[in-house]
Amino acid sequence: MSEQRDDEGIVLTEAQKRARRSRSIAIAFALAALVVLFYVMTLVKGPGVLIRPI
Amino acid sequence: MSLVSAGADFRGPLASSGVAEPSLATVGDYIALMKPRVMSLVVFTALVGLAVAPGSLHPVTAFTALLCIAVGAGASGALNMWYDADVDAVMTRTARRPVPMGRVRPGEALAFGLTLGSFAVVVLGLLVNWVASALLAFTIFFYVVIYTIWLKRSTPQNIVIGGAAGAFPPMIGWAAVTGSVSFEPILLFLIIFFWTPPHFWALALYRTEDYARAGIPMLPVVSGDASTRRQILLYTLILVPLGVAPWAFGYTGALYGITAVMMGAVMVALGWQVLLESRPAERASRNLFAFSILYLFLLFAVLLVERGWGGLITRLTA
Repeated sequence: MSEQRDDEGIVLTEAQKRARRSRSIAIAFALAALVVLFYVMTLVKGPGVLIRPI
Repeated sequence: MSLVSAGADFRGPLASSGVAEPSLATVGDYIALMKPRVMSLVVFTALVGLAVAPGSLHPVTAFTALLCIAVGAGASGALNMWYDADVDAVMTRTARRPVPMGRVRPGEALAFGLTLGSFAVVVLGLLVNWVASALLAFTIFFYVVIYTIWLKRSTPQNIVIGGAAGAFPPMIGWAAVTGSVSFEPILLFLIIFFWTPPHFWALALYRTEDYARAGIPMLPVVSGDASTRRQILLYTLILVPLGVAPWAFGYTGALYGITAVMMGAVMVALGWQVLLESRPAERASRNLFAFSILYLFLLFAVLLVERGWGGLITRLTA
């Protein structure tokens, strides 16, 4: 590995930066999809969304 | 050689300073952790369970149910790869998985699996129903704890009992619509349950050295070649009538009945060829392994077309 550590912390390699960026984008998409899913499901369920017998 | 088999501890050169090595894992590695091919079969069988179930379900709710089942299956795959990294590393078929290759650390795979599994179970419960959610939670638990952690390394019956985990998805799909479980989804469960041993033992027959090297007590490793071939035929003879049963009980039409009988006859013929074959020949085992996938796919596809298609169209246009 070619990471270096100086007094300011870890310096990421370009490959590590690219990998981190792609993971961050994927997490952002997943969270956005979850928000959209809950929004659409709330519309689908209507007022019944609050009725939740177990 | 993979990092695990080489004894690497995934900490890298920064480990001596107590700093975790920055990850090089890509999104593709995390997708690979979810075993996408297994996931596709899970989604397909769950879709059939969902489509043949009586009652109605909004298409968005149905999509949500399938998404949660898919993510739950992905979580099971990730947790399986977390626990099995050591044996995956020494098996040819699995050595290039992300954890044994060192691209994803075991702890990352564990965290990923637990997060996905928790989200899948909770979202399925909140947005669809808690019966389906409980079944999904039990399936993940069964695959990871009962199969992967307990049975896989301790008994040659590992995939017989563990096969139940792969058999639950149509039942979860059914429960997503009805909120309950009845005889018909149990029948679908039994078909997959008894399909699993001949499918995996056919594979194990020509991967025996792989399993032996990894210390996995698969049937050919423990009981030998001839015994495994007899067991394959025995389970195939149980599977074929079960495959025909949905038609015999009146749940399906003639198309399914004819398909199940014809495909079942081929399965028995291939099982018989496997019985007659002996090592080092492996052609019959490979043929049975490949055909068993087609067998299960066709049975469920015909069921979907015959029973589920009308129901799906009704739901989409409701």
